[in-house]
Amino acid sequence: MEFTLKTFIFYGFAFLTIASAFVVVTVRNIVHAAFSLMVTLFGVAGLYVFLQADFLAATQVIVYVGGILVLILFGVMMTSGRLEMRIHIERGQLLLGGVIAVALLMLLLTVIANTPAWKNLTDDGTELPPTTERIGELILNGPFLLPFEVVSVLLLVALIGAALISRKEVRE
Amino acid sequence: MSDFRAMFAGFPNFNISEGFFPNIGLQDGLNWAEEFIQNVVIPRLPEAVAAHFPVELGTVLIMFACAGIFVAVVPLLPLVLVLAERKVSARFQNRTGPMRVGPWGTLQTLADGVKLIFKEDYIPPQGDKFLFLLAPYIIFACSFAVFAGIPFGQNILVSDFNIGIFYIMAISSVIVMGVIMAGWSSNSKWSLLGSLRSAAQIVSYEIPLGLSILTVVMLVESLSMPEIVSSQSNGIFSWLIFRTPFTFIAFFIFFISSIAEVNRTPFDLPEAESEIVAGFHTEYSGMRFALFFIAEYANMFAVSAIAVTLFLGGWEGVLPGYDILGGFPGFVIKTLALVFLMMWLRWTLPRLRVDQLMNLCWKYFIPIAFFNILGTGIWGLIFPEDTLVSIIISCAIIYIGLICAYTIAGRTLAQKPEPQPS
Repeated sequence: MEFTLKTFIFYGFAFLTIASAFVVVTVRNIVHAAFSLMVTLFGVAGLYVFLQADFLAATQVIVYVGGILVLILFGVMMTSGRLEMRIHIERGQLLLGGVIAVALLMLLLTVIANTPAWKNLTDDGTELPPTTERIGELILNGPFLLPFEVVSVLLLVALIGAALISRKEVRE
Repeated sequence: MSDFRAMFAGFPNFNISEGFFPNIGLQDGLNWAEEFIQNVVIPRLPEAVAAHFPVELGTVLIMFACAGIFVAVVPLLPLVLVLAERKVSARFQNRTGPMRVGPWGTLQTLADGVKLIFKEDYIPPQGDKFLFLLAPYIIFACSFAVFAGIPFGQNILVSDFNIGIFYIMAISSVIVMGVIMAGWSSNSKWSLLGSLRSAAQIVSYEIPLGLSILTVVMLVESLSMPEIVSSQSNGIFSWLIFRTPFTFIAFFIFFISSIAEVNRTPFDLPEAESEIVAGFHTEYSGMRFALFFIAEYANMFAVSAIAVTLFLGGWEGVLPGYDILGGFPGFVIKTLALVFLMMWLRWTLPRLRVDQLMNLCWKYFIPIAFFNILGTGIWGLIFPEDTLVSIIISCAIIYIGLICAYTIAGRTLAQKPEPQPS
């Protein structure tokens, strides 16, 4: 296989993603796991850049790292009495998790094996057009307009619900 | 060596009129650096070396060199800005500020920097050592990565991303992770409180910030920073702040929210000295503390530069065709003016309480920002193109609005509280 700069960076990102994901599931300290998850999400964003999906990469960082991960850390720091929370894994959970993991692996392998096209893919160096414009067209002016609107109504309902739950009860 | 120009003949995109950095994206960047190696470096090498010259390695080195220029130049900014802050605060309090080191104290920051380097690097023994060491670098790296997307002049730009402003928002949202990491790993209640406050503040204020950026993006129809600048090329009235009344409001929301994003007074709750010592960087000392400090001032410059790019014409001048307040010097002048405004606010206003901070964001800024988006959309329907008429109407509305706001605010403030019946 030809070893170029691109393959070097690609394997760098891939290694980063997998190694940090491994740390996420094995490390005992839950805060360490959360920070390791940050590296995983960054690695995935890097892989998106390699697929020339720049918008998706930035969205990945802004939503998962800047939003969801902060929420996870907030939850951990606010809820646990001690700052450091140890995870205890019982044998039954380990068995169940293992079964699910193996099932998922089989599923993914089947999908990969039944997709013949990926073996013939080559990087011919062509630069794809920017994705932003196309995403905008598809969402606001195309086939995904209705799902997009449904999702935004759903988010609005969630927002109102959150406001309702968190506000103080004022009794007359 | 006699023909100096011929030596650079093969150098792609390198003449001063076109700018210093070529416009490069990720793909283009690789190609540009590769081209440079093929056309400039290899012909000048002896043949035996040229045959085995590692092009890939050279490409990486050139890209590192490009990044190195920024890593070398940007820390000089805080050097100037810290002194400026001390001098500004001194003038506001009728003092002279640092006067001893160098003429008028101009070398004071340098002396402080040397002091910080030689200070003991204390690591709290009860804390999380690895995360404690890592946190300053995350904040530092993210505040520097933002500079990659800011166009300082026509082609003085590291990378012309197609997603420009979105990339900047994404990278700057990672800074909050560094803050939480620093606060948690210090194992100190002040640090943890400061970092949690900071996280809540940054996450909240990102919403009005993003929504006011959206008004600009709606008008320009592009996320790319050079395109946002080039849409403001027809003099001061084509600057996006004056284009519609709604972007005028959006500019102020953007600017105030970005002060909150960089944790400065009146929004400096994360490092409130009178309450929680120094917030998330209480336990840091020496060079690691200096990294936080550099990052803070670099951030301040970065958000001002983004505000200038989005609303105040970027590197475009005041008059079309003339270079007044335009180009690289104009951009820096406009940015420093906003930085001065931030310092002015810091030494004028008292700190907000936590509930006031959240009220301001959620009850005022976010509804106004949504109203702005609605208004910008309607404006775009009425005036699809920017004409003289639309600009005159916009400026008239801004003018009348300002006068009304001034009168109403003046009357409200002038009203004396009614005497309480005894």
